[in-house]
Amino acid sequence: MDASEKIARRFEALPRLIAADPDLVRRGRFLDCDFEIGLGAILLLVSVRAGQVTSVARGPFLLKSSVFAIRADAETWEAFLEPRPKPGWHDILALTKTGRARIEGNLQPFMANLQVIKDMLAAPRALAPKEAVR
Amino acid sequence: MKPRFEPVVGRYLHLEISGRPNRLYIEEAGPADGIPLVCLHTAGADGRQFRHILNDEAITRHFRVIVFDMPWHGKSLPPEGFEREEYKLTTTSYTEMILDVCGALDLDRPVVMGCSIGGRIVLNLAIEHARRFRALIGLESADYQQPWYDTDWLHRPDVHGGEVCAGLVSGMMAPQSPSASRHETLWMYKSGGPGVFKGDLYFYRIDGDLREKVGCIDTSVCPLFLLTGEYDFSCTPEDTKRTAAKIKGAEVTIMERLGHFPMSENPAHFRTYILPVLEKVRGLK
Repeated sequence: MDASEKIARRFEALPRLIAADPDLVRRGRFLDCDFEIGLGAILLLVSVRAGQVTSVARGPFLLKSSVFAIRADAETWEAFLEPRPKPGWHDILALTKTGRARIEGNLQPFMANLQVIKDMLAAPRALAPKEAVR
Repeated sequence: MKPRFEPVVGRYLHLEISGRPNRLYIEEAGPADGIPLVCLHTAGADGRQFRHILNDEAITRHFRVIVFDMPWHGKSLPPEGFEREEYKLTTTSYTEMILDVCGALDLDRPVVMGCSIGGRIVLNLAIEHARRFRALIGLESADYQQPWYDTDWLHRPDVHGGEVCAGLVSGMMAPQSPSASRHETLWMYKSGGPGVFKGDLYFYRIDGDLREKVGCIDTSVCPLFLLTGEYDFSCTPEDTKRTAAKIKGAEVTIMERLGHFPMSENPAHFRTYILPVLEKVRGLK
């Protein structure tokens, strides 16, 4: 299994990871949107309803809408999802500052729910690699 | 829990800043004849960031620690007429504010320690007013930093200002910093007035580029200490080292397991870095 596939599977665990964090769901209760996570060639469409991640679908997508997209290569996501990431790899906005990640689309929902989305993206850190790739 | 008071006194000082009447909230701790140590909080926050410095007996035994909330911040009000203006901090207004506060308190060659925008302005104090200060300490300090977001997001009706300010700066802290102190640090950002963080960043982003000026700093007149946390991706260790390379005699410390808010995100760890610096400052004339 290559690095992209391992990371994709960790993000595909988002529905249960977020459901297990009622405080995050409470803070995200006004977030309703579909956004894309790009990791290398793999595209994931994350659907959020009232703060719950209801599904993570895998592309390619045919004329499917998303509000914004966060894209990086698999190595960048892997470093970001380390349980204790190194300086400069620890925050999604640190990654966009250095050009290792890009955020595109309508950024209003992203900025209005910034901490919630940052916490969602970091949630797979909790998965030990062994569990994440099973 | 037994109730207790901290040995910190908070008062309001009425003074003119750049010729304009202001009511400023100031906290102090330490002996009246101690070495004055004026602490400058970060953009969009307030003096609560320094509460552990104010309560550290190893510091207040020798230093008179003085922390003020800048106008528009914390318990200091904006000056009268603020409702008809857009708040914008500039190099000139920030420098005058510090000189006016030090003058109003009749401080004799104080030490100034500032973080972030406070770290930037101590460089300007070193450039323009070195003789007035015993030493200058810049935390998360550099002559310039590369911007990493559009500050228009900080003040608009469809995004909560406090939440977005906190969301932006949350990643600038070290993951190892204790959860309680990280969230206390974020609370100050969530509590700020509308447009205040953005107004502070006018100085940081637009008006306060000191790259062409820091080379003239003479550390034999006023010693300069620069300390930056390794997890600070806004003012990176490289930004601080690049700045210090232009200033002969500037002392640089890169702090492990700390980010952009060392004094408030992990006070116990930060004191292992700042106490030796303050010990050196005590030895200065």
